[in-house]
Amino acid sequence: MARAVVCTIYLALATTISLAYANDDDALLSLLDALNTRSFDDKAASARSIAKTEHPRRIAVLTALLEGQLYVRKKTDTVVLATRKDRGYLLFDILNDLEIGEDSRRSVKKITVNNKLRRLLRSLIAGLQLDNPDPMARLAAVEAMSASLDTDTISVLIQHDEAEQDTDVKQAIARIRTIYDLQADDPETRFAAVRAAGHDISSEVRTRLLKISESPEETPEIKAAAERSLKRIQQTLDRYAVIETLFFGLSLGSILVLAAIGLSITFGVMGVINMAHGELMMLGAYTTYVIQLMLPDALGYSLLIAIPSAFVVSGLVGIAIERGIIRFLYGRPLETLLATFGVSLVLQQAVRSIFSPLNRSVASPEWMSGSLEIVQGLSITYSRLYIFIFTLIVFAALWLVMQRTRLGLEVRAVTQNRAMAKAMGINTTRVDILTFGLGAGIAGVAGVALSQLTNVGPNLGQGYIVDSFMVVVFGGVGNLWGTLVAGLSLGLVNKILEPMAGAVVAKILVLVFIILFIQKRPRGLFPQKGRAAEN
Amino acid sequence: MLTRRLMNHEWGGWVLLCTLGVLAIAVPVLNLAVPQDNPFHVSTYTVTLMGKYLCFAMLAISLDLVWGYCGILSLGHGAFFALGGYAMGMYLMRQIGTRGVYGNPELPDFMVFLNWDQLPWFWYGFDHFWFAMLLVVLVPGLLAFVFGWLAFRSRVTGVYLSIMTQAMTYALMLAFFRNEMGFGGNNGLTDFKDILGADLQSDVTRIVLFVTSAFALAATYLMCRVIVTSKLGRVITAIRDAEDRTRFIGYRVEYYKVWIFTLSAVLAGIAGALYVPQVGIINPSEFQPLNSIELVAWVAVGGRGTLYGAALGAVLVNFGKTYLTGALPEVWLFVLGALFILVTVAMRNGIVGLFRKLRHG
Repeated sequence: MARAVVCTIYLALATTISLAYANDDDALLSLLDALNTRSFDDKAASARSIAKTEHPRRIAVLTALLEGQLYVRKKTDTVVLATRKDRGYLLFDILNDLEIGEDSRRSVKKITVNNKLRRLLRSLIAGLQLDNPDPMARLAAVEAMSASLDTDTISVLIQHDEAEQDTDVKQAIARIRTIYDLQADDPETRFAAVRAAGHDISSEVRTRLLKISESPEETPEIKAAAERSLKRIQQTLDRYAVIETLFFGLSLGSILVLAAIGLSITFGVMGVINMAHGELMMLGAYTTYVIQLMLPDALGYSLLIAIPSAFVVSGLVGIAIERGIIRFLYGRPLETLLATFGVSLVLQQAVRSIFSPLNRSVASPEWMSGSLEIVQGLSITYSRLYIFIFTLIVFAALWLVMQRTRLGLEVRAVTQNRAMAKAMGINTTRVDILTFGLGAGIAGVAGVALSQLTNVGPNLGQGYIVDSFMVVVFGGVGNLWGTLVAGLSLGLVNKILEPMAGAVVAKILVLVFIILFIQKRPRGLFPQKGRAAEN
Repeated sequence: MLTRRLMNHEWGGWVLLCTLGVLAIAVPVLNLAVPQDNPFHVSTYTVTLMGKYLCFAMLAISLDLVWGYCGILSLGHGAFFALGGYAMGMYLMRQIGTRGVYGNPELPDFMVFLNWDQLPWFWYGFDHFWFAMLLVVLVPGLLAFVFGWLAFRSRVTGVYLSIMTQAMTYALMLAFFRNEMGFGGNNGLTDFKDILGADLQSDVTRIVLFVTSAFALAATYLMCRVIVTSKLGRVITAIRDAEDRTRFIGYRVEYYKVWIFTLSAVLAGIAGALYVPQVGIINPSEFQPLNSIELVAWVAVGGRGTLYGAALGAVLVNFGKTYLTGALPEVWLFVLGALFILVTVAMRNGIVGLFRKLRHG
């Protein structure tokens, strides 16, 4: 019984729906017939009417018209969809996209469109797509509508604005309204728009404001408002520039920290400067390159694989350097410096012989390219953002190793007083090997990060030894926090000075600053406490 | 008396001085008097090359003075060499006069090229030879004095000082690469015509420059020898071996260090000034940290703390470099790298140390 009722209701519903559709179909077909005219104005009128129907095919029809796929079949005098096939046309029914036969070229006539009509069609289609559930599509639709602004599109937008939830789309609509109102005939509207325009930093708004502020026909009141708005926009832009500089500074600083932190540990523990540190970074970068060559299909994964691989490769080379050379030179830091410099030359030339002296470019995976737009006019590149985050992760990991593991404890003990640590039963040889391996491995990891910013070449590491040593000296030897603070602040200072003095002078100033800084605090920002540090 | 103090048991020094004496007499004769087809003829190219080596030897001795005797490993001595060279180069630039490509009587070519309308103030006076020579001594000396005073007074020592000197030469390189500095940017100063009225390309000028270099090297050696054998030299060696103890005894360690560092820089500057007219160019690449550190290799290979060993090392390593970069360019950096490792790990006192071991068993 119940089933019968349901069936009846369902039947009744189906009938009404199909009836309604039938009605709509008729309306759409009659409007389509109206397109079959020579006057573009009439075509525009019927296109508007099509857009106002609720028919599910209206977007398809308008798109077909825009793309020149609507034809009149002469035999039946009806409008059809057609695509070229061989010498003739393949015809489809407009309402359901079913094939209805073929025809020769002569027996169909294209419904032509001109540029004005095209603009109208685009904006109509965009208006219809405003109902799309995807906010990105809605945003694109709004942008498309701004190409042909008239009272109709604006009213559609205003109407849509009330229902809109997405802030990006709302902003875009607000901008279009401002731009439209800036051209309004009514001075009151213009005045209001000029005042509101100060919130918008897009270049379209700025050019219009500039035009208004320079136009001789405007009232002084509006002109003054325009200038105020321009000033406000400029202030916003300046603020963004400052934020951007800060970000660039932090980004450079994070590279410095990555480069210096390994050096800082080895210097702290063993009192030797590893001049091959930059070359160990270079090895890390080349590891990334090689892994990418081996896994050309998995770009995103290859980078993740490269991080541990570079750590291992550079770490092993570092241990080899320690076992092969440095252990013979303990207590003679200057000789160590020279010997490791020799190693750096050999590594450079080896890479040059194996991989060619030319730079290799390492591709960035998709999730690292592009940039993140925080607000309009302020965006930061993903690669730099990720490298900054990566630096913090590496730093945290290293900090945990130093503070929470047995090795870290021993490393700190040896840093403070080697002889005493040895007397307490710490195997300093083992600590030396592991510290050097750790420092070298971190250099390799830094190389992976670096490969995402610059090309990979044999000279990649050369420039970093002075910079990273400066960071170590500035922060205080063997002090992780000091390295972090020093690296980030040197990066910031460099980038802040750059626009004022130029890149080279900025670099020179930083070097001079550090030389002078050492005068005041020879042991860096965070010196080690106690008598052991002075020898 | 002085001779005995200087040369007692110093056979290496005798060899050096005698070789220089022989060269100063034989090379001019073999170059100018012996006809070109004679197998004993020494070509002008060789003369210039040897002159270059002599300048490097002088530079090496200047480094040995601070590193070998005072324990200050300077990785920026190339900067003093280059500064002396630039002072000389500026004099030579002013001597070109209207013979430059643009024929401007007032400005050097690169300034015309960069659309400068007048000579920068720091170029004034370089028309005079004596003024240029004064600055050859003053500029490196002053830089070393200021740098040394700042560094040694706050007791910056060891690797800190080494890296600081490297940073210094690195900063200078960056600065001199800038066109706005007024020193010819990355092209540097070149296309010199004559020195003190004599044509730089002529054989006689080259020979004179060679002989001057030989004398300068001999004088440098003797002067450094006087210093290191004097009481002052004993203090300096004491500072190398135990800085704190020397200070506790009552010596003002930093004064000695600043003094020896400045003197060494002046010597390096003079070497640079002799070097530039012979090679005919000075550019910012002379400031490269690599150059300075290569210089350390010369001294280490020859044997530090002996003065003549540094000269020997400079000539040997540079001879090897000239040969290898021509014959097997890829191998040179391997060899240089291996040299660094070898002299630090296995041959602490370089070639001289090897000889001494052989003599004393």
